[in-house]
Amino acid sequence: MRWLFLAPLLLFAIVAGYFAVGLTRDPGTLPSALLDKPAPDFDLPPLLPGKPGLATADLKGAPVLVNVWASWCVPCRAEHPVLTRLGREVPIFGLNYKDKPEDARRFLVELGDPYRRIGVDPSGRVGIDWGVYGVPETYIVDAEGRVRHRHVGPLTDRVVAETIRPLMKSLAR
Amino acid sequence: MIAELGQLALALALIVAIAQSIVPLVGAARGDAALTAFARPAAYVQLAAVAAAFLALAYAYVTSDFSVATVARNSHTSMPLLYRLTGVWGNHEGSMLLWILILALMSAAVASFGANLPDGLRARVLAVQGMIGVAFLTFILFTSNPFTRQFPAPLDGRELNPLLQDPGLAFHPPWLYLGYVGFSVAFSFAVAALIEGKVDPAWARWVRPWTLFAWLSLTIGIALGSWWAYYELGWGGWWFWDPVENASFMPWLIGAALLHSAVVVEKRDALKSWTILLALIAFSFSLIGTFLVRSGVLTSVHAFAVDPARGVFILMILFAAIGGSLTLYAWRAPMLKAGGLFQPLSREGALVLNNLLLATGAATVLLGTLYPLFLDVLGAGKVSVGPPYFNSTFVPLMIPLVVAMAIGPLLSWKRADIAGAISRLAAAGIATVAVIGIVLYASGGTGFIAALGLGLAAWLFVGTMIEFAERLRLFRAPLAESYDRWRHLPRSALGMSVAHAGMAIAIAGMTASTLFQAEQILAMRAGEVVSMRGYDLRFEGVIQANGPNYQAERARFIVTSGGKPVTVLAPERRFYPVQRQQTTEAAIHTTGLADLYVVVGDSDGKGAWTVRLYHNPLVPWIWAGCLIMALGGGLSLTDRRLRVGAPKQRLAAAE
Repeated sequence: MRWLFLAPLLLFAIVAGYFAVGLTRDPGTLPSALLDKPAPDFDLPPLLPGKPGLATADLKGAPVLVNVWASWCVPCRAEHPVLTRLGREVPIFGLNYKDKPEDARRFLVELGDPYRRIGVDPSGRVGIDWGVYGVPETYIVDAEGRVRHRHVGPLTDRVVAETIRPLMKSLAR
Repeated sequence: MIAELGQLALALALIVAIAQSIVPLVGAARGDAALTAFARPAAYVQLAAVAAAFLALAYAYVTSDFSVATVARNSHTSMPLLYRLTGVWGNHEGSMLLWILILALMSAAVASFGANLPDGLRARVLAVQGMIGVAFLTFILFTSNPFTRQFPAPLDGRELNPLLQDPGLAFHPPWLYLGYVGFSVAFSFAVAALIEGKVDPAWARWVRPWTLFAWLSLTIGIALGSWWAYYELGWGGWWFWDPVENASFMPWLIGAALLHSAVVVEKRDALKSWTILLALIAFSFSLIGTFLVRSGVLTSVHAFAVDPARGVFILMILFAAIGGSLTLYAWRAPMLKAGGLFQPLSREGALVLNNLLLATGAATVLLGTLYPLFLDVLGAGKVSVGPPYFNSTFVPLMIPLVVAMAIGPLLSWKRADIAGAISRLAAAGIATVAVIGIVLYASGGTGFIAALGLGLAAWLFVGTMIEFAERLRLFRAPLAESYDRWRHLPRSALGMSVAHAGMAIAIAGMTASTLFQAEQILAMRAGEVVSMRGYDLRFEGVIQANGPNYQAERARFIVTSGGKPVTVLAPERRFYPVQRQQTTEAAIHTTGLADLYVVVGDSDGKGAWTVRLYHNPLVPWIWAGCLIMALGGGLSLTDRRLRVGAPKQRLAAAE
């Protein structure tokens, strides 16, 4: 019986051990294995008639934003106005991740479509190649098709002002 | 000058706290009355010192003294007075100061209301409170000093985060902290009891009011936070299972379990070591919550400014407080004398079930909250755990809890007649079946989960009413007798019925608002009309409407129902230039049975505006239910037996 009274302490010791190690990590920075490497090879079909799909070749020529989104993702709704404003300044390509095409279309009809190109990735295979772990995520790809930055979570005006816009400007030069 | 005085007051508070945590313990161990008597004045002096520091910081905020770094970071001259004042705790440093102020307030309250406590117990409780004070005062002075100056002082501040400039959120932290820190008293009582090696019904009676107070404050704090999320974030949702929300929910669950197990200790002298453990865990969860929010080990929408040095410091506090108290528990708890025995089918048995379910619920929430951290540490990748996990683990645990909540109060102590109890619940059963039938019929046989949720709410509500009527012998005895029983009804019994009814109301609100929500997102031009569930909303366009420190676009919707005017809704989108941040202000029309909720979004530049429209049935019941629960807690708190010197007599009789 006596050992039973030790159980809470032992459980706490385990949790505290995780806390201690966890402190040495920063969950905000998610290093991309692709950083400064060429974007993975893919070729995804379009979502909307009249709007092209997305393939590796499309990423070359000018710096672009690749935004991974889905209609079921609430933060994607939150970042949508930011994306719409940003879309007036720089090209944004959409990667529609693990979504039903009809839901994705409805999402864009409701909120507006900020994307120049949209590739459909219903199985999430291409997402895995990019290293997507949760939507939304946004990647900056330079004119040579190399991944230069990864932002995890919804874009906010502040992130755009402090990170995205300066980086896009320096890449455009 | 004032800020330096504040700093000095904090340093003084630390010195007093160190003395408060040592001298009374020595006094209690040696039976030295002079040393034990040190505890009370020490608690008062500590409160005075911390209050002085808090006032000094508030003064810096109200007078916009931007040479104080936290004021410059979190305030602005154009902010209204209310937010300049609540800005004091709208940031890490100030909120820690509020935390300590409430801790000092609690200690002083124990010193003042604890006149009927045995001297030794009171001295030990206050000494433990002093230790917690030492930990947090050291933390604030060395890692989060709110009085740090910066020169040259900026001309103006950087303003409080606009999301926090809101009446709902202004008062969310104080209530939440009253809850978090309130559990420190139960913790200190538990540690003191372990030191003394004695837990008896009198102990439970002393601990219960403090637990009740902490629990009801936490209920109000959580409800305010969720209400704010509902109308300010503009998604129409009210709970997101975010790590920070979970951090406040876990102590709430354990606190609720503690409230109930303390009843068993008080009435039946049983479940002692379990109750002590819950008292330790409730406050441990408060500390873990503080750690999770401020160390940055988990990502959250609430992210405070995080700093690894602070994380390490709070982790050290966790090791000392939780590790230390649980070590003491492992050593001393086995020596506690076991109390009264009972059959599984009894009031005690029902309360044990309640405790098991609440504790398991808290454990599943803890697991879901920490799972991303576990995987990350093990190098297994980064994941996030979302609502699906919590809906499929936590919610099913609550179903038997709610079923038992109606039965438990009808059972007698020691050994109960379960068949008799259930037969008395016939009316509740009929109500449940009727509600399930109606919901299934209305939804065309598809709303199974909604039927279950609303059926449970009906079961609990009617069951609670039956129990209450039985207590008064309403309709069974002459009305005069019922009235007489009402007059002599203990407030704690009334409080329980009110709180349980509040829970039923909240469950109905949560179920209906989640499952029957109607949502429309559309682009509207001025003059267009949209219909939703019997309402017609005519969009009149958008005007500029500027506030003291923001520019707003205010939309106007004329709401009619069947041609009759209902109301005018004016949702806003505000832009705060200093912080360069946008907020949405939803416009809500409530009937008490449902909310019509409108948010205005972006314009397409060609005269059309994105409009989001929700109809949320029963959503006001969530917060009404929470307030009724808190009211039940408050009623119970006014129970005579928790206030007067009755325990002392009982103790004398027992010895």
